[in-house]
Amino acid sequence: MTYIGIIITFVFINNFILTQFLGLCPFIGVSKNVDSAVGMGFAVTFVMSIASLTTWAIYRWLLVPLNLGFLQTITFILVIAALVQLVEMVIQKISPPLYKALGIYLPLITTNCAVLGIALIAVRSGYNALESFIAGFAAGLGFLLAIVLMSTLREKLDAEWVPRPFRGTPIAFITGGLMALAFMAFDKALLRNLIG
Amino acid sequence: MTILFAFLVVGLLGALLGVGLASAAKALAVTKDERLEQLEGALPGLNCGACGYAGCASYAEAVAGEETTLTLCSPGGPEAASELGRIMGVEVDVSGTKMVAQVHCRGGRDVSEYAFEYNGLEDCTALYLLYGGDKICKSSCLGLGTCIRVCPADAIGYDDEGRIWVDKDVCISCGKCIEICPTGVMKWIPYDADYIVACNNTEPAKLVRKYCKVGCIACKICEKKSPEGGFVVENDLSTIDYSITGDRSVAVEKCPPKCIIPVTVREIPEVPAEEPVPVAVAEPASGDGEPERDGDETS
Repeated sequence: MTYIGIIITFVFINNFILTQFLGLCPFIGVSKNVDSAVGMGFAVTFVMSIASLTTWAIYRWLLVPLNLGFLQTITFILVIAALVQLVEMVIQKISPPLYKALGIYLPLITTNCAVLGIALIAVRSGYNALESFIAGFAAGLGFLLAIVLMSTLREKLDAEWVPRPFRGTPIAFITGGLMALAFMAFDKALLRNLIG
Repeated sequence: MTILFAFLVVGLLGALLGVGLASAAKALAVTKDERLEQLEGALPGLNCGACGYAGCASYAEAVAGEETTLTLCSPGGPEAASELGRIMGVEVDVSGTKMVAQVHCRGGRDVSEYAFEYNGLEDCTALYLLYGGDKICKSSCLGLGTCIRVCPADAIGYDDEGRIWVDKDVCISCGKCIEICPTGVMKWIPYDADYIVACNNTEPAKLVRKYCKVGCIACKICEKKSPEGGFVVENDLSTIDYSITGDRSVAVEKCPPKCIIPVTVREIPEVPAEEPVPVAVAEPASGDGEPERDGDETS
């Protein structure tokens, strides 16, 4: 049951973009059309899943035994950046079609704060390895959900009449703000009602 | 002691990851066809898609894989084709004339009759969905500039009379405007064409006369006055056979609706020319005299 709880928490209640306001750069920058938003969303999900697992291992087996917990931020950045580079190379070698679909987005998220965020949050919540991985995966799905919703709205907005000062990014900010308000409906009480 | 450990851990971790990445880069290196870079360099890099591929890079890939012919790049023209042939070691036949797009209509507010007032999305395709456009003539230029926005080379704009016009020296022959134009008024002409019949209407003269002052009325005067000019009147519309290069100037002069026009570079003003309205009394409301450029958007 805790796994389902983690998934619901990170997809809806603590949605990384709309509740925690992490990873807003790609949320605004890559949400102009649905295709690239889906690509970006899956790339982020992928990176977040493996990053949270790797950083959990680093924290548990390197930093805790040496009593160096305060180094988590800097080591996580280092590890995530290197990991993404490595993953990019592996994908390019093994699966060129997947590289074409995800490849251009991967370098963009090496130092994305959403990826670092899930690593730090997973460590702070005292998750075990599997829980960290699931938290990372769920947070990525939450990102995917938010960015795809946003991109469909923005595609529709393109054909709508928008006052001149609000065209482009300003109306995107307003849209994002209204979506964040809507996501406030998902809270802890909802989780309790759902799974007891 | 903690500081030393912290220093060591971060330093070693960094060094390890660095070495790991470097060796991984070597082990996982993907061999690239070196001709690919040369081929990409030979293409114009406009990514217009005229060749049918997603961009110059994917066309270069297709050429390197010998999946396609070398003459598909119309912006690059014969130079690019022969360059591609040189890299691939193949002889390329580069004959053929360069074609450019041009609008075959000079209708507008002052010379054409309109059926209704359109107040929707500023886009020809949207307007065309509404009874084929707001002009009575259904094969005319709708004038909302969808071709301008689709043009990758910025070759299309409004000329000094407010009509859409293609600058043939900038046109890269990608054909995107021709593809997107809903009324089909954008058509291919040879680059060295001297005149065009600026009309696309194939309805009988009786009707055309009623709603357009510059529409072709198929009077055949061009055929008679310039028999060497290659004019062909068919389907109630005069067209020019550009393979015939005789003199066309007499027909141009005698054309009753004056719809045979020279293909010159028309002045495309950056901003619609606004005559400063001389105001006798300097009143604060002098701004009323100047038409606001995007007034229709705020209404």
